[in-house]
Amino acid sequence: MTPLALLRRLGAATLGLLASLGRLSTFAVSTFLHMLRPPIYGREVLNALLQVGWLSLPVVGLTAIFTGGALALQIYAGGARFNAEAVVPQIVAIGMVRELGPVLVGLMIAARVTSSIAAEIATMKVTEQIDALVTLSTHPMKYLVAPRVLAGLLTVPALVGIGDIIGIMGGYVVATQNLGFNPATYLVNTVNFLEIHDIISSLVKGAVFGVIATTLGCYYGMNSGRGAQGVGRATKSSVETAAVLILAANFVLTGVFFSL
Amino acid sequence: MTDLTKPAMIEMKMVHKAFGSNQVLRGVDLRIARGSSMVIIGGSGTGKSVMLKSVLGLIQQDSGQILVDGKDAGNGHSGRDRDAFLARFGMLFQGAALFDSLPVWQNVAFRLLRGSLKRPKDEAREIAIEKLRRVGLKADVADRLPAELSGGMQKRVGLARAIAAEPEIIFFDEPTTGLDPIMSGVINDLIREIVVEMGATAMTITHDMSSVRAIADNVAMLHGGKIRWTGPASKMDASGDPYVEQFISGSAEGPIEAVR
Repeated sequence: MTPLALLRRLGAATLGLLASLGRLSTFAVSTFLHMLRPPIYGREVLNALLQVGWLSLPVVGLTAIFTGGALALQIYAGGARFNAEAVVPQIVAIGMVRELGPVLVGLMIAARVTSSIAAEIATMKVTEQIDALVTLSTHPMKYLVAPRVLAGLLTVPALVGIGDIIGIMGGYVVATQNLGFNPATYLVNTVNFLEIHDIISSLVKGAVFGVIATTLGCYYGMNSGRGAQGVGRATKSSVETAAVLILAANFVLTGVFFSL
Repeated sequence: MTDLTKPAMIEMKMVHKAFGSNQVLRGVDLRIARGSSMVIIGGSGTGKSVMLKSVLGLIQQDSGQILVDGKDAGNGHSGRDRDAFLARFGMLFQGAALFDSLPVWQNVAFRLLRGSLKRPKDEAREIAIEKLRRVGLKADVADRLPAELSGGMQKRVGLARAIAAEPEIIFFDEPTTGLDPIMSGVINDLIREIVVEMGATAMTITHDMSSVRAIADNVAMLHGGKIRWTGPASKMDASGDPYVEQFISGSAEGPIEAVR
């Protein structure tokens, strides 16, 4: 490959990336505008709250409890090398609330919710249901997209909060049952060590990840290609991009909250 | 030629549309008189659907003008204007495009349950059941989900949804595709009856000649991105146009290339 061809390819890839970022940003802005302006479809919002929030509880709870338990075991084992076993409650609390809670819940939502939104909307697009909505004077952005993104914004922080608590509980159970910690001391150490700042950062991350996960599901669904292959590709890309963006946003938010 | 004594409901003037390098419409001129039934014929992939969707504004034409009742169809429509514009249309989609998350009656009454034509739920349901009856379905299908219905029944529900709000203009996209000959006949007769009894302007795209003979007042043939021939259905057999003749006879020999 000549240097010129290489440069051209690099340029094309960069332009393509910027163009898709632009389209995605336009989509996100348009979603928020539609969310604010009536009509608001109450039934769709309720259904989305149920699908995104309530029905995600089991998977969030299971993820958090196992992670909290494993975290306690690891910190105990690692801390024992320099006689610092006692820090288990503090590190579990910090680790769950600041990082693992939001990130794992975000990724589980990407797996569960982003994929199902993308597949559903893509199938609607492929079977002309989106066109049918338009001909029935109903804006797809208002009817399909805004309720789902709103549900992500509202419920994912709550899921993260619940995940944090269940994760700490997982650590607590392992520490008190297997590692010989005193239950009361464990809880006191956890509560005393956590700051309100930690909890706010956790919930803000949840809200951002919720918006990312639902927006990307909708975006890839609405822009799906034709046929079964189009639906498959939309679903795959939505989860992939949502997961990467959630991790990138987590890095940025951690920087904003804890190093500035 | 087409009836010029009646005012035009839909008028297309030199409409062009390309997708990338694929020039689909290359200057379409068509006039559909108020209250008449126009059927567009032409092979698969000749742009019939694109024509129909550009009248509805689902696709924006590159150049040329589309007038609906003397007013420009595409531009300057936003919010309530667009709502009012679309409220004049009903459309039966090729695959029926029913919303599979909603029971049959809510599909039919979709427009009556939200937006500018919203009315009480009981009344909307009553109208839905009446329309279902009109297309030959019993009231007991009202609470079933679209996925539980056969293809012919789904088409009927789609037809009921298209006429639920008593539109002035009805579009039929391949109304008999995928149906057996008897069900095709039933759907064709229904379309004819409904269009006549509602006094609506109808635009149908199809490649099924039995539909053409049952539904059409006027016929237009789309080929090579332009209207190749147009005239009353009664003169179609004596058109003298080799393209039309080949299409009617379904012969592989003729000016239209069989491999597309």
